[in-house]
Amino acid sequence: MIRSEILKDIAPILRDQLVVCNIGIPSQELHAIDDQPTNFYMLGTMGLCSSIGLGLALAQPKTVISIDGDGSVLTNLGTLPTIGNNAPSNYILMIIDNGSYGSTGDQPTYTGKKTDLAGMARAAGCDTVIEVQDVDTGPALQAAIDSKKATVLVVKCDSGNAKMPVITLDPVVIKHRFMEAVKA
Amino acid sequence: MNIDKKIADDLVANDISFVTTVPCKQLAGVIEEIDTRDDIMHVPSNKEDEGMGLCAGAFMGGKRPAIIMQNTAIGVTINTLATLTQFYRLPLPMIISYRGELREPVACQVEMAVHTKALLAQLNIPTYHFHWQKDVEEFDNILKYTFMCNKPVAILTDANFWGGYGDQ
Ligand SMILES: [Mg+2]
Repeated sequence: MIRSEILKDIAPILRDQLVVCNIGIPSQELHAIDDQPTNFYMLGTMGLCSSIGLGLALAQPKTVISIDGDGSVLTNLGTLPTIGNNAPSNYILMIIDNGSYGSTGDQPTYTGKKTDLAGMARAAGCDTVIEVQDVDTGPALQAAIDSKKATVLVVKCDSGNAKMPVITLDPVVIKHRFMEAVKA
Repeated sequence: MNIDKKIADDLVANDISFVTTVPCKQLAGVIEEIDTRDDIMHVPSNKEDEGMGLCAGAFMGGKRPAIIMQNTAIGVTINTLATLTQFYRLPLPMIISYRGELREPVACQVEMAVHTKALLAQLNIPTYHFHWQKDVEEFDNILKYTFMCNKPVAILTDANFWGGYGDQ
């Protein structure tokens, strides 16, 4: 499966949660598949999806799911120790690991070679790290939500993108409706 | 006047309850002070752009944030300041140790110091420079201004402000 097929699969689970979605094609795909006010779309700033989600989870009690990518986690590796030492029980980092920089033309990342993100998350102090194959994402994500434990979920899948339109929502509109949904 | 206490007091008085830090020798006292305050959640970050991501999330979750870092971080965070903090109009007070200014003992620090104000000006970031201890009196108003206008705002604090490095 490719990322967009996983997002279609788990859209009914994501719908009821606060979601911080990674820059580029992941946000375009989620926006096209199931736009919700509870989705925060990153329009720029590669690497900070996990950090924005962590700050949000620390600041309020609702469950937060950061949908990140392998390339973006690699560019902000310092996030893993910060998560490992601070993540509250309402935080889930889901890394869609397709072993490539999807938004820039599917150039390979090191996670498709020797680098093991789940192992790095464990070594960084993350207590609950689960690696699953794409087809098992839905049940694994639901279990992570139900567990009420800080979880890093690494989803191994194929490289590839669906053709989706660029998000034209104004960033201030994205922020405003997201903050209203956080408060609701 | 204890400027570490004054800064922490003003943060609390302005309802700033989430602070992230990347340390600097000059900032050791204020970071220590913040750790004594029950009203402030302190989450150290490993890099300043990561810290700005944490602050963005904390703000959207209902907590007023602040970041404490060195001016070298301006070189690290320009993309984040432009595409996250400014693009989404997020307020962020940045308490910045201004290394490489008067009474600096380390020559390399001057290399970023000479770019610091120019970079902040290029980004249209409101910038204040604390050189004398009394300058801290403006801190409370700067915090209010930051959350009024929803912008990143820089407070540069140099070695003279912090009292220098002992003999140097
Ligand atoms: Mg990828």
